[in-house]
Amino acid sequence: MTGDATSARREGASLSRTSLRGRYDAWLRHHRQSSADSLLRILDNPVSSILTWLVIGIALALPVSLDVALDNAGRVSSTWDSPAQLSLFLVDGTSQAAAKELIEELSKDPQLAQVQFVSREDALEEFTRVSGFADILENLQENPLPDVVLVEPVDSLSPNEVTALRDEFEAQPLVAEATLDMAWLQRLNSLLELSRRSVLALGGFLIFGVVLILGNTIRLAIESRREEIVIVKLVGGSNAFVRRPFLYSGLWYGVGGGVFAALLVSAGLWFLSAPVEQLAALYGSDFSLRGPGLIGSLNLVLVGGLLGLAGAWLAVSRHLGAIEPR
Amino acid sequence: MIVFDRVSKRYDEGHDALREISIDISRDEMVFLTGHSGAGKSTLLRLIMLMDRPTRGKVLIDGRDLAKVGSRAIPGHRREIGVVFQNHQLLFDRSVFDNVALPLVIAGYDQREVGRRVRAALDKVGLLERERALPITLSGGEQQRVGIARAVVGRPKILLADEPTGNLDPALSADVMQLFEEFNRVGVTVLIASHDLGLISQLHHRTITLRDGRLVSGMAA
Ligand SMILES: Nc1ncnc2c1ncn2[C@@H]1O[C@H](COP(=O)(O)OP(=O)(O)O)[C@@H](O)[C@H]1O
Ligand SMILES: [Mg+2]
Repeated sequence: MTGDATSARREGASLSRTSLRGRYDAWLRHHRQSSADSLLRILDNPVSSILTWLVIGIALALPVSLDVALDNAGRVSSTWDSPAQLSLFLVDGTSQAAAKELIEELSKDPQLAQVQFVSREDALEEFTRVSGFADILENLQENPLPDVVLVEPVDSLSPNEVTALRDEFEAQPLVAEATLDMAWLQRLNSLLELSRRSVLALGGFLIFGVVLILGNTIRLAIESRREEIVIVKLVGGSNAFVRRPFLYSGLWYGVGGGVFAALLVSAGLWFLSAPVEQLAALYGSDFSLRGPGLIGSLNLVLVGGLLGLAGAWLAVSRHLGAIEPR
Repeated sequence: MIVFDRVSKRYDEGHDALREISIDISRDEMVFLTGHSGAGKSTLLRLIMLMDRPTRGKVLIDGRDLAKVGSRAIPGHRREIGVVFQNHQLLFDRSVFDNVALPLVIAGYDQREVGRRVRAALDKVGLLERERALPITLSGGEQQRVGIARAVVGRPKILLADEPTGNLDPALSADVMQLFEEFNRVGVTVLIASHDLGLISQLHHRTITLRDGRLVSGMAA
């Protein structure tokens, strides 16, 4: 450029503008502007924005509530994990001496907390007393009940280890059958596991849905600002510049959705907590519902924001490129 | 400053909008581009703006071959050129000030510098007191002047205008042309597409005439 006044001024300005510091400031400034501008646009249409937030909030709250419910169910069942009891039914005709020997042996097993022998006579007596079938039982020729050893594993054993223990006992020659009174608990646990996976799958679907909803919202925003995008590109706006406000819109929609989800989950918990505590009190427990907590809620907002960004990115990368000045 | 070297442009439908165009416009020149509707004036400007690429031939701006400007460098290229459109292309939900500020915001100027330059540009086109107005409240001539202020606010080396007086009455058209002459006087290369032959003939500048995509006159300075 020649040294005339205009170009000298122009070069001075562009020098200060292209320094690294200057560029960083400009970049930061545009981020501030776009984020504020996008938020204002969202707040400018409160009704449709709140609807969008609600839709996203509900979609996020659904799997989170189920997860909270499962978490609480898991806590309830974990308090029932022990003691589990094993009943060892001895083979018919086991002698008193052999039974005694077995009990002594079992008492030394460090995996067992308690061992109790119930002879077939004691068992019949108790059964007669409890069942009320005294007449019938008196008429029996012989006692149909076997000797039983009741053993209680130590608390630290996991359900799997207890099951292994049961198999071990059943392999003993003196033991005809070993039953575990924990089967229902295992069933509950596998039911919980199944539910957990279903929630995970459902959550996956809903998250996918949230991304699509947000993507579509941003697509409509892009569509409604098509002319503006063309003009901005005509006067030299880069793709990043054009993209930025839409990415922020997605972020705000997602963050708002996350806040709504956290509110919905908290409201649900509040609604259920009184009857649950009442019910627990009836069972003599001080159990109370545990929610996602502050950290969980913040995570929900964070996840919402990330999904919003993802949805916006999807829309922007699909639709912005096609809008070029003609 | 603006060089076309045997440039042809054929649109996808097989229509030749420009055929073997060679022109050389030097720095500080003000040139009119004229011809009947459909002669290829807008196409020529679009090639300079990289809104389209030539089918054959070379376009050089300030010595740079535009074929070497990749798509990522297009925004930077456009920031160095001011453009005025017949249909204004203003943002109707933004104030006059914000419209004119747009190129500066894109280029990343800080608030103070933006304010200073926008007011200087608005002052130049005589709209300083309307900076808070929305474009819709302005007359056609005023809207066009907002478009001109936006085109020059970034102090481009080149100013392009496509039918800038297309729907203005003669008096307003003369005003607009006078503005362009003022910018040209401070060193901006100005290229104006217009078929307003009456107005063009009153101003004494080189005139390039196209007919069916061919250059018929005005090749040399
Ligand atoms: N995007 C396009 N696709 C196909 N043909 C086009 C396109 N733009 C312009 N044309 C054609 O190219 C020719 C030149 O158009 P244009 O440059 O707009 O002329 P002018 O601006 O001189 O009126 C016209 O015949 C027009 O129909
Ligand atoms: Mg035209």
